[in-house]
Amino acid sequence: MAAGGQPLLKVEHLTMRFGGLTAVADLSFEAAGTDITALIGPNGAGKTTVFNCITGFYKPTEGMVTLSHPDGQPFLLERMDDFRISHWAKVARTFQNIRLFAGMTVLENLMVAQHNTLMLASGFTIAGIFNNRGYKRANREAIDLCRYWLDKIGLLDRADDPAGELPYGGQRRLEIARAMCTKPLLLCLDEPAAGLNPRESEELNQLLLDIREEHQIALLLIEHDMSVVMGISDHIVVLDYGVKISDGPPAMVRNDPAVIRAYLGVEDEEEAEGVIAGGQP
Amino acid sequence: MAGAPKSNQISAVAKTLDPAAMAKDLLFTAILSLVILGPIVGLKTVPATGSLALEQRWGTVLVLVGIVVVGRLIFHLIAARRPASRAKAAKPAGPGVDVGKYLAPILLIIALALPFIASLAPSQERRLVDLAILMMTYVMLGWGLNVVVGLAGLLDLGYVAFYAVGAYSYALLSTRYLPQWFGDGILPWAFFVTLPIAGMLAALWGLILGFPVLRLRGDYLAIVTLAFGEIIRIILTNWINFTGGPAGIDAIPRPWFFGHPFDDSANGFAALFGIESKPIQRIIYLYYIILALALVTNFVTMKLRRLPIGRAWEALREDEIACRSLGINTTNTKLTAFAIGAMFAGFAGSFFATRQGFISPESFNFMESATILAIVVLGGLGSQIGVVAAAIVIVGFFEVFREMNFLKEILPEGTDPVQFRMLAVGGAMVMIMRWRPRGLITRRDPTVYLKEKKAVPTELVAQGHG
Repeated sequence: MAAGGQPLLKVEHLTMRFGGLTAVADLSFEAAGTDITALIGPNGAGKTTVFNCITGFYKPTEGMVTLSHPDGQPFLLERMDDFRISHWAKVARTFQNIRLFAGMTVLENLMVAQHNTLMLASGFTIAGIFNNRGYKRANREAIDLCRYWLDKIGLLDRADDPAGELPYGGQRRLEIARAMCTKPLLLCLDEPAAGLNPRESEELNQLLLDIREEHQIALLLIEHDMSVVMGISDHIVVLDYGVKISDGPPAMVRNDPAVIRAYLGVEDEEEAEGVIAGGQP
Repeated sequence: MAGAPKSNQISAVAKTLDPAAMAKDLLFTAILSLVILGPIVGLKTVPATGSLALEQRWGTVLVLVGIVVVGRLIFHLIAARRPASRAKAAKPAGPGVDVGKYLAPILLIIALALPFIASLAPSQERRLVDLAILMMTYVMLGWGLNVVVGLAGLLDLGYVAFYAVGAYSYALLSTRYLPQWFGDGILPWAFFVTLPIAGMLAALWGLILGFPVLRLRGDYLAIVTLAFGEIIRIILTNWINFTGGPAGIDAIPRPWFFGHPFDDSANGFAALFGIESKPIQRIIYLYYIILALALVTNFVTMKLRRLPIGRAWEALREDEIACRSLGINTTNTKLTAFAIGAMFAGFAGSFFATRQGFISPESFNFMESATILAIVVLGGLGSQIGVVAAAIVIVGFFEVFREMNFLKEILPEGTDPVQFRMLAVGGAMVMIMRWRPRGLITRRDPTVYLKEKKAVPTELVAQGHG
């Protein structure tokens, strides 16, 4: 919990229904100022749905998602458009299936992420056409920020290559860097380690810890790779069939019988006791 | 036609040159072409007394089927000789050479010097400059549409609507409203006063079209924009009190040279420079106006590409959802693309009105939209120099066919070679799309770079959501 009292992200009674299917049911959890929170659960547990609700891509059926900035200003995310959440509430995200601008260069990808800053500096394009000084300076600063992130993710040499030509791991890292270029307070990563080899996973852990240390932001991640989850998260929320079954520090969650049952399966008679009561497929 | 269904199976058959399989294929080709050509060519309705009579032309059908079968046979024989691998077609073309870097300055010099080049051939001068004006108009329209289709990736089939808005804005303002409001003294300046107004009105209509189509993609977007183009044309045809209906608007003032008309009066352009007054002077002046307008279009578009708005357009073409996740207001981004594209069409429309001196809804039919879109697609989406090349090819093709009088000798009695121009343009398009599916110029230049400017191969560039 942050020193200020209010947690950065507060999800209360979040429910998302698609027709008759309840993807997320009455989920509540909190993420503090600089915590790394992992959202785990078996396939189809509703993790990405939670992400889409927090980042505004879905409008939740019920519930409240509040993001409190350090200055105390609250943002009710469930009421905001997706692009406003990124712009004003400062929540950035990546996607499970990488969504880079494949036909643009690595550098351009990072420049697009700074659209709102640059747009303002270019006087909403009108002053920019005449190369106003403010825009030139903002442009230089934007490129410096790109250079910083490219150095951080080890892609400085490939800055002028098309993003679509990067190897898979590079694309994953670039997507994280692109999200960070929006200068977020909360970074949501949807399976950042998917498809990475163990060495790349280890590098990713380091990158995420670095980001947290240097930029003092909170991370929310969905991950199946337990070496990432257990290695870096401060706090784990476990979902199964849209219902929260466990919530706590890694050591606690690791030994929670409900989690073990959800992941490893149980004998028939045990399941009859209603471990996953309330959820439905 | 004979070589159209090049399935791998058939080419595999051809490679071994198995006579039985080939005969079977040829028989199939013959039956297929008979089925297709039979009703189309074999039966012809001719007017008879009081009704229609059927004329049967089976001889012609047999000749055509024979041509198809022979063509198919030739295709087989050629395919059999070719090396087995079809890797050549599958190989990505790579970024391609930077044609624009060398070609653009050369083209610019030619464009600037064109009236002087044309004056070397006095008998053809008028025709050449007229043709150049036509090409330049299409280049400008292509560049304008390139913003919407090439950069933002929004398929607009009704682009001609904005061209019409620009043309009618100029025509109505200059013939009716400006003289009414400011008296006839405004006329020498009418074109330059109206040009920005026409651009703004067209941009406004771009926004009006933009709003309802914001949520549409692909085919749906294409249909709605197509309908929009037709709506504008039909309104122009039917709102007779305002637009003059199908009769159009005539006596649209010609542009003056900064307050000097192009005639032999004492205040005229010729008198100003102390030269002999000739009609060609006005045409050359028109040519330089459209050249300037086109260059402004190009300059502004290239500039916008390097600004955040242009980058957002291209990002929108690549991935709309990712754009939204980065805080880009995609609604505004799409609307600005529509509005800016429309504005350039509005400028071109005003020019069209002043050049023709007469406009009617006839000039703004779907064929115009299709031609402009064809120029953008053939040139290579998003490529400015590609648009120039494609405009020269397509407009040139149309004009060349007007001149092919020798074709009249070969063709049967009563057929005009001009009628074949659409066929030829269609054929040329099929060829280009077969060998250069992503257009003539297939490279995308990055808008910003750290060390070295490397082109992005078009295979990676998205074509937008339709």
